[in-house]
Amino acid sequence: MSEKIDQLYNFALLDEDAKREIRRKLLKAVALPGHLVPFASRDLPIARGWGTGGLQITLAIITPDDTLKVIDQGDDESVNAVNLRRLIGRTTGVATTTDTASASLIQTRHRIPEEPLRADQILVLQVPMADPLRWVEPNLERATAMHSESDYGKMWVYMYESVVRAGDLRIASQYPVMVNRRYLMDTTPIPRWDVPKLHMAETLYLFGAGREKRIYAVPPYTLVEPLQFEDYPFRTEYQPDQRCARCGAEQVFLTTHFVPDASGGRWVSTCSDAAYCAKRLAEAEALL
Amino acid sequence: MGYVAVRGGSEAVARAEELVACLRLLGGSTPLQLPQIRDQLRHAVSRAMHEGALYAPLLAALAVKQAEGDSIEAAFLLRAYRTTLPRVIASLPVSGRDMLCLRRISASFKDIPGGQILGPATDYLIRLLQPTLADEDVAAVAQAAEQYARLVEMGGRRSGEWGCFPKVADYMRQEKMIVDIPAEPVSSDPFDITREPLTFPCPRSARLQAMAQADTSSLMSFAYSSVRGYGDAHPTLVELRYGYLPVQVAHPLTGEAITIGEIEATEAEVASKAHSVVNSNEPPRFNVGYGFAFGQSELKVMSMAILDSVLTQARAGSLSGESGPAADEEFVLLHCDGIEASGFVAHYKLPHYVTFEADLRVLDRARDHVAQRPTRLGQLVDQALEEQV
Repeated sequence: MSEKIDQLYNFALLDEDAKREIRRKLLKAVALPGHLVPFASRDLPIARGWGTGGLQITLAIITPDDTLKVIDQGDDESVNAVNLRRLIGRTTGVATTTDTASASLIQTRHRIPEEPLRADQILVLQVPMADPLRWVEPNLERATAMHSESDYGKMWVYMYESVVRAGDLRIASQYPVMVNRRYLMDTTPIPRWDVPKLHMAETLYLFGAGREKRIYAVPPYTLVEPLQFEDYPFRTEYQPDQRCARCGAEQVFLTTHFVPDASGGRWVSTCSDAAYCAKRLAEAEALL
Repeated sequence: MGYVAVRGGSEAVARAEELVACLRLLGGSTPLQLPQIRDQLRHAVSRAMHEGALYAPLLAALAVKQAEGDSIEAAFLLRAYRTTLPRVIASLPVSGRDMLCLRRISASFKDIPGGQILGPATDYLIRLLQPTLADEDVAAVAQAAEQYARLVEMGGRRSGEWGCFPKVADYMRQEKMIVDIPAEPVSSDPFDITREPLTFPCPRSARLQAMAQADTSSLMSFAYSSVRGYGDAHPTLVELRYGYLPVQVAHPLTGEAITIGEIEATEAEVASKAHSVVNSNEPPRFNVGYGFAFGQSELKVMSMAILDSVLTQARAGSLSGESGPAADEEFVLLHCDGIEASGFVAHYKLPHYVTFEADLRVLDRARDHVAQRPTRLGQLVDQALEEQV
């Protein structure tokens, strides 16, 4: 039955009209870095909010020659990543990989891989909110006017209030950035650690918000500057004494998790980028 | 003539009732049996139970059948039955720690003590219609039983143990990441919104009780508004668990705890990004929201937990940015009950001849008023006419 069902669908699931619309919107997004471009956003067999925006971009630009990597929280084996990879794989037949360096197309949720990305790679980010003004102006019509006038005063007040209340810019992930000194942009819930990777990067970053029906982009070599105050500069989660308990990496984003052992178990911090961690371990073993 | 419909009402009402009963069976298909509904429409039965606030799977199946699948009507039938029951005894507090988990997941940490158990989850299903379900026959029952036995065996081998697991929230409390369980005034009887009026400000137990029997879709919309943009909620799922919970009562004579049965339930805690500012002498911690419902009702408990955390923060004054309607406790609690909301919206089908008659008189007076009001244009016209004369 499943074979019969599969034959019902076009290459990469979406029909060619949907793909063409998304590709056109992507071109516009690349031409206007950081600008939110509305798109129709088709229904998919995946629930809204589970990566349908990123998925539509991936499905619109993937070619049979691509090598695909899908990560969620930095991990290829995270259930949602497995699920999306299964769907894209089943409807395209493209090769998949967990190795960042060998992927031509990477779809991700909440992380940018630790290994530097190249000019011949594309990173597609899944976006929940799209509009960085959401917390200060939920009405989209008014927020659009604010973007068109570069009127970001309310956002600065929000940031100031968070400094006064919490002693820091109280935005942990989804940190707002100015793109090309023109548009305020939502970085998606990547940790602050990943934000500098967007700045003057070699890679094309594409952002898709399915539920919010918006596409935006950061093309290569674009200025991406986090909002900050002179006396409260942008800081990442990095701590000088941090270290991955598995591979020993220091310049990475770590997550805490529970490791069972004979005495019950303990909490440890390891690389959130699981493939990077595994690669480092394999390299270390090869040296021995 | 219009008044004929109002009189003779009892006859019309009786005939309408009979017509409804006929329509259900007019298609000629075999009447549904209650066990079929209970087993094969699990979620409809669960929803009737938590919104009807009565744990009774077979009665809920009956309600679903009678309501022809209308979730609010089914819950209404159960609520109307529940209200006739005497309140025999309050159970001892039930803790999610004692849940025999079929599923427990955390979005806060990749690995948790006891491990993540996906269990029966539809989250990752690719939503393709399954044509094979259309022609399912009795052979499928035996196949499902075999498949289930295989899955249980595989699961048992892999995790090594089935049963109770430590709560992620307990670890986070111990590490002072999240706030302690707020102290409520100790009383022998829990606050009961069916016995005491809900007035504001209300205790958190009343808030949780109101949301536990609320309409799932309403809670979901309020919670969605808060996380989407009309609010300051940034929830992270600490843990969601689904399984069987033993219910105990204290023996009326000896005081000894006695298990009287178990219920199928789902519970969730979410941590919110906003820091607690309740006690400014202590270091800030994340706030926590709690959700609970009968059956496997994940959307409901997530929505409830998000709203609980938003409402707690709103009370503590720790929200920033747009707080939105979901941060208003009265707005949420007085509009989330499906039985109350559906009843009032539907009541506009009742005759309103008297009030409408009164409205018409007011409309008449308004028309007269406007007609008599001298307008600038009217004055100019009058003036021109006079000059012509």
